[in-house]
Amino acid sequence: MSEIIYLDNNATTAVAPEVLDAMAPYFREAYGNPSSMHNFGGQLAHQVQSAREQVAKLFHAQDTEILFTSCGTESDNSAIRGVLEAYPEKRHIITTRVEHPAVLSLCAHLEHRGYRVTYLPVDSRGRLDPDQLRQAIQPDTAIVSVMYANNETGTVFPIEKIAEIVKERGVVFHCDAVQAPGKLSLDMQRIPADLVSISGHKLHGPKGVGVLYIRRGTRFVPFIIGGHQERGRRGGTENVAGIVGLGKACELARKHENEEKRKISELRDHLEQELVKKIPEVHINGDVEHRLVSTSNISFSYIEGEAILLKLSEQGICASSGSACTSGSLEPSHVLRAMGVPFTLIHGSIRFSFSRYNTQAEVDRVIKILPPIIEELRAMSPFWANRPGK
Amino acid sequence: MWDYTDKVKDHFFHPRNVGEIPQPDAVGEAGSLVCGDALKLFLKIDQKTKKITAAKFQTFGCGSAIASSSVLTEMVIGKTLDEAACITNRDIADALGGLPQEKMHCSVMGMEALEAAIANYRGQGTALPEEEEGAEIVCKCFAVTDKKIERAVRENNLNSIEEVTNYTKAGGACASCHWKIEEIIRRVHQEISAKPKPPGTKSLTNLKRMQLVQETLDREVRPELRKDGGDLELVDIEGKVVKVRLLGMCAGCQVADFTLRDMVGKKLREFVEPDIEVQEIKE
Repeated sequence: MSEIIYLDNNATTAVAPEVLDAMAPYFREAYGNPSSMHNFGGQLAHQVQSAREQVAKLFHAQDTEILFTSCGTESDNSAIRGVLEAYPEKRHIITTRVEHPAVLSLCAHLEHRGYRVTYLPVDSRGRLDPDQLRQAIQPDTAIVSVMYANNETGTVFPIEKIAEIVKERGVVFHCDAVQAPGKLSLDMQRIPADLVSISGHKLHGPKGVGVLYIRRGTRFVPFIIGGHQERGRRGGTENVAGIVGLGKACELARKHENEEKRKISELRDHLEQELVKKIPEVHINGDVEHRLVSTSNISFSYIEGEAILLKLSEQGICASSGSACTSGSLEPSHVLRAMGVPFTLIHGSIRFSFSRYNTQAEVDRVIKILPPIIEELRAMSPFWANRPGK
Repeated sequence: MWDYTDKVKDHFFHPRNVGEIPQPDAVGEAGSLVCGDALKLFLKIDQKTKKITAAKFQTFGCGSAIASSSVLTEMVIGKTLDEAACITNRDIADALGGLPQEKMHCSVMGMEALEAAIANYRGQGTALPEEEEGAEIVCKCFAVTDKKIERAVRENNLNSIEEVTNYTKAGGACASCHWKIEEIIRRVHQEISAKPKPPGTKSLTNLKRMQLVQETLDREVRPELRKDGGDLELVDIEGKVVKVRLLGMCAGCQVADFTLRDMVGKKLREFVEPDIEVQEIKE
């Protein structure tokens, strides 16, 4: 296989070399348990604390507001279940139709347990209507959970405004911000969210570590119960190497944010412009003006996404698709369906997502390789030759 | 990432017989744009010999859909219509060295397009699912009829809703028809087992016997035992003696002998062979 061109950074990212270097000692010599009485283990509590401060800086928050978890999904589950347990009399949840399964599947599960869930719709560009949110809040609404940026389309929600609406009504607000670090502001002085989830491996940190930001004063019942770790809010021996790695990754995200945003958006825009120029009947999904700089979700009508991905993969290019055949379920992307994107375009949707490690040369290679693949598959499709308006 | 065989990859990356046949003798279509895969099959048929002399396809779909279409064209060329009509979805999957379970519906689509083409040639026309005579749409999301589900269950010996979804897509979206699918599975299996076996059925091969015993235990026996917190495992089969170990609540149960003789034994005699015996192995 040819050299890998990795354009699937919303799925996971490469661990930054600086992060790996920072983590290595904690697998080799410094393998102790931070809870131990002896110095060999106990001193590691300082490393965990430094990492906590690095993360807190990204959030413009206090270090006591940072809770380490094992992943984004755990952070989301802890936030929602922790709040529901703290407000047992409240039985209503508000979320959106385009959330990640970490929130959506949990909400479906909670519905079976007797909770009422309002799933807010989005428009054809994936945007929420703040008025609909305002009207959806009920006297027994326990929590509102809305993502910051959509992992499939990159559409960014006006999270500051959404949080304000929810807080005006005195309801707890959780935000799944897994796609945000390094690309969007996580300034908790400006965004009045109570709980925010992020995940290490989406920002060039390691897999197996996540963060839940919990604003001071938020009522929260621990989800994982065990030892006294994380000030009694999450049992389980600390993933020291992972936590140190995530701390480093947060520091790098802050450091490179501006420069990266510019570089990545240039690459993304160049790819889109060239593909639109070279391939007929291409549609860009999402809110183009309010979108993650890293994400491009493009539909190629009358062909199917998995076939495109297989051909790209053969050339070493990694991307993802919203087609049914790649989901393992038979149902195509819930996000694109919520936006009312026609099925012909959903089945042929491809997501390219960039990171700071991508280059112009890589993008040029995709621009060269993709158009003939699309042409070949369309020539094979029974619908292309007879398409309406041909 | 799907685990595709080399055969599937070969037919996907180098599809055979792509395109249209001008003035075809038969055309068959299956699937739809909404469902995510569709196949249009064109045949050229010798009027005298009724042999398929050429086959081409157009497919909208994933890797395994394209591979299934491609291999199908190779399979039918040179066959008479009667021979081609015998091709099942299983044959298509086998010709590809197997398909992932979740992708079996691609082979079903191939079979359906072929049947539609043959019907088209014979002037029978093919009905849309909702117009099929006496058929009822069970899965509204993917427009799958009870007839199609029944057939898939019968021909592929499907036992669960998940398998039915893998083969027909039925039940793959909103899940509201799952209870209906369950009913069809139960009904078809009852029909199969109710069919009297011809007397003097020839003796089973060891391999076939093992397979049937395992299937019968999994389908007919273990779910019943599990209802009472018990279970069993198959230890060995020697000739016509099936040796099992009782587990959970069944192990040491007062009525274990009865369970073995009257429940396990009865089922095996019913579904495998009339003279098969059961023996318990104790630790």
